[in-house]
Amino acid sequence: MKWVLLGIMVAATTVGEVLQARGMRRHGEIRDFRPGAIGRAVLRLARNGWVVASVAAMAVSFFAYLGLLTVSELSFAVPASAATYAFETVLAKYVLDERVNGLRWAGATLVVCGVALVSL
Amino acid sequence: MTVTATVEEAGRAHKERARLRWKTWICVVVVVLSNVFGNFLLKWGMPRELPGALDYVAVLFRPVVALGVLLLILWLGSRMALLSWADLSYVLPVTAIGYVLVAIAGRVLLHEQITAQRWAGIALIMLGVALVSVGTAPQTARPKTGQAGIG
Repeated sequence: MKWVLLGIMVAATTVGEVLQARGMRRHGEIRDFRPGAIGRAVLRLARNGWVVASVAAMAVSFFAYLGLLTVSELSFAVPASAATYAFETVLAKYVLDERVNGLRWAGATLVVCGVALVSL
Repeated sequence: MTVTATVEEAGRAHKERARLRWKTWICVVVVVLSNVFGNFLLKWGMPRELPGALDYVAVLFRPVVALGVLLLILWLGSRMALLSWADLSYVLPVTAIGYVLVAIAGRVLLHEQITAQRWAGIALIMLGVALVSVGTAPQTARPKTGQAGIG
């Protein structure tokens, strides 16, 4: 059960966060942080298909995470979810066309190794 | 004339990069803190088991869990704002500093023991965060916005 919930959570998080990054970049840089402007931005984002799909995927991920927390410890659940870092960095390069240079690959690799050490 | 214009343009580009870096740092702090405390409260308020589907909804009305959820909503919003200008491959490693803060909070607030292996893991994460945050700019590609895009 633990591994099924973890699998669902990792898949949903990866899809959700890549869609979210695509949707927000399409929206453009948020410059105005006053409440009215934030409200207008939220209304605009509610019509952004990428963002709506990402929120749906993140909701699946959230409930899988709640289930995971009941059957496992926080110190397993949180680090194990870092598997998404590896998948998302690859997708950032090939799907989002980001320039992932050597430093970023090295950084993501160090983070995944570090999280593994902390959780094992 | 053209030299002055070029110098002015370079100055503007420099100011723009500095502005983006500051804004990115402030946003990263909000993203990390809301995530760390949101997750902590969620686990703190969670019962031992959730037997039925309805219990998943009922648990959201416990005060501690509700506060955790509010913080996670702030996390989602601030992360979306951050991603509106910063690369995903930048945001991912930089916000991983949260794993370090969770371990330190466990030691300071809950008096948990941190083994040598965990300290080594924490050091690796911090090194990864430092490499990406200091060594690369938050944004690599020009943003494709609004009408220019397909969707």
